[in-house]
Amino acid sequence: MKQPGGATVAVVEVENEATATAGGEPTAAAPAASHHVLTLSLRVMQLGPAMILVTLVVVLSLLSDVFLSFENAGNVMKQSAVVCVLALGQLLVILTRGIDLSVGSNLSLSGVVGAIVWRDHRSAAAAILATLATGCVVGMVNGLLYVKGRLPHPFIPTLAMLTAASGLALYLSHAQTIQGAPPVVNTLGAGRLGWIPGAGPIGWFPVATLVVVGVAAVVVLITRGLVWGRWVYAVGGNPEAAVRNGIPVPSVLISVYALSGLMAGVAALLTMGKGNAASPTSGSLAELDAIAAVIIGGASFLGGRGRVINALTGALVIAVLRNGLNLLGIDPNWQYMATGAVIVLAVELDVLRGHVEGRVRSLQAVAAQ
Amino acid sequence: MSGSDPTSRPVLEVRDARKRFGAVTALDGVSLVVEGGEVLALLGDNGAGKSTLIKAISGVHHLDSGTVTLDGVDLTGANAMTVRANGIETVYQDLALFDNLDPAANFYAGRELAGPAWLPPPLRFLRHGQMAQRTRELLDRLQVSLPDLDAPVALMSGGQRQAVAVARAVAFSTRVVILDEPTAALGLRESGRVIELVRRLKDDGVAVILISHSMDQVQAVADRALVLRRGRAVGEAVPTAENHELLVSWIVGASAGAAG
Ligand SMILES: Nc1ncnc2c1ncn2[C@@H]1O[C@H](COP(=O)(O)OP(=O)(O)OP(=O)(O)O)[C@@H](O)[C@H]1O
Ligand SMILES: [Mg+2]
Repeated sequence: MKQPGGATVAVVEVENEATATAGGEPTAAAPAASHHVLTLSLRVMQLGPAMILVTLVVVLSLLSDVFLSFENAGNVMKQSAVVCVLALGQLLVILTRGIDLSVGSNLSLSGVVGAIVWRDHRSAAAAILATLATGCVVGMVNGLLYVKGRLPHPFIPTLAMLTAASGLALYLSHAQTIQGAPPVVNTLGAGRLGWIPGAGPIGWFPVATLVVVGVAAVVVLITRGLVWGRWVYAVGGNPEAAVRNGIPVPSVLISVYALSGLMAGVAALLTMGKGNAASPTSGSLAELDAIAAVIIGGASFLGGRGRVINALTGALVIAVLRNGLNLLGIDPNWQYMATGAVIVLAVELDVLRGHVEGRVRSLQAVAAQ
Repeated sequence: MSGSDPTSRPVLEVRDARKRFGAVTALDGVSLVVEGGEVLALLGDNGAGKSTLIKAISGVHHLDSGTVTLDGVDLTGANAMTVRANGIETVYQDLALFDNLDPAANFYAGRELAGPAWLPPPLRFLRHGQMAQRTRELLDRLQVSLPDLDAPVALMSGGQRQAVAVARAVAFSTRVVILDEPTAALGLRESGRVIELVRRLKDDGVAVILISHSMDQVQAVADRALVLRRGRAVGEAVPTAENHELLVSWIVGASAGAAG
């Protein structure tokens, strides 16, 4: 290097400062030790939702003697299946910094369409296809409105769709519940696997849980294994950089809403099968549980961070909480308040995690000097 | 303006670039030429239009008028992907990293190694191992040491993040590398490494545009320096110690010797 000029001197000063802070610690080992503690607590906090779920299960098992049984586990799993599936779709959307408020209404609409097809044509395949296609198309319209319509935030098209889809569901069904569902759909929504031991010949393990596991496996595969999934995380992490790196951001966004809609279709099949009917309001407010599950699962509203397993855990947290409070005979209104409290608690934990991450990062910066 | 050596052809050429943002004229008729194996320093005060100029080259901004050509091929108005596909790599001032992804994912963002080829690109399966392996090799070769290659870059220091961004550009460039204040966040040692990388690119025949506020770095590595002020090219000189005063006067706008 040549003569040190102004800028170089400034850099040297910064370096000295950093060394001074590091040297100011009582021992050289101290920063390293606190670094380890921080990294460790970070690891624990990264368990986030699983920690909450385990705590809930332990506490409820102590408080209620029926909670920890195969039958009850089966009930919780069955009750949570719809929210699990919706949460998987919602996760994809939230990963891209978006939100899908329409999944509840979309569920109702898709179910109504499927039930009408079944009533009028008695074809299970056609009914299932109609249900899934309706969900997917509604989701795709959301995405197109957001991207091509240049709406400022997905809140707006999906809020509009929430209203529109529920209106359409009521119109198509004449505001009546449509009875009946294909037998195979009944099995998916209400069936139990008798051959899994634990609770008599009827069994306890819901077929719906198999559906959840199957769908979750597919979502894991496409988010972790495919280029598409990498793009989803990239778009959420830094949309502008995604554009600069040649990632087709509009198509990624549209595909994500289409998949969220498809999940609403799957959830509609489970709901229809469970009740052997499709009501035009069967999905009302389900979007809130789905969003809550994803948030409890530690996904960031800022995009780019969130895991399938954690979103499912979030959905289970909500279901376990409701089930437990039910078993304890607590006023249902308290259940809503408790769910609210858990959302705040989970996000607080996440904020704390963010702080710790920041600390780890600055310690590494000092260590690198 | 023309290259100092009449036999070498310009790799990248910008002619009469103009760009307005509303009432602000960010570029007011700037032209520049860079040859292979040459380092052109772009100097100028804050807001002079340097970043706007390089973003117009890299396809982030579209010029209101003017042309960008690479090896004589018109790239005016091409999007960022096309520009990259033509071998122009850019390290942006604001880095453009994906904080939530690890270094390998950052390296290959938008050009993931995946297969099989008969599937449409988004549906191909990521080759995680291959990408991680190549990233590690490259970082080793560039002597960039990172504590944890599996951690998202959000957890890294400013210098480490900068190193990832520069290494990415170096790895994929074939014709031109544009570096917008690549050493702004770096300590002395890391800055020296980046300058060393610039020299290596130069030796490989790559054309380099370096934006820097450090006259020492510019003197150490650049063959020519072009000064922008308020969106205009106000002068060009070889950055030697003797020309230091002259360049500074152009940057700050003291009238002496300003040329259109
Ligand atoms: N996207 C934008 N929208 C509006 N104005 C912009 C935009 N980008 C740049 N400008 C304006 O254009 C002018 C040139 O900005 P530019 O970023 O090119 O400066 P620069 O030379 O890179 O400065 P610095 O050294 O601070 O990075 C400034 O007045 C800036 O405010
Ligand atoms: Mg700039």
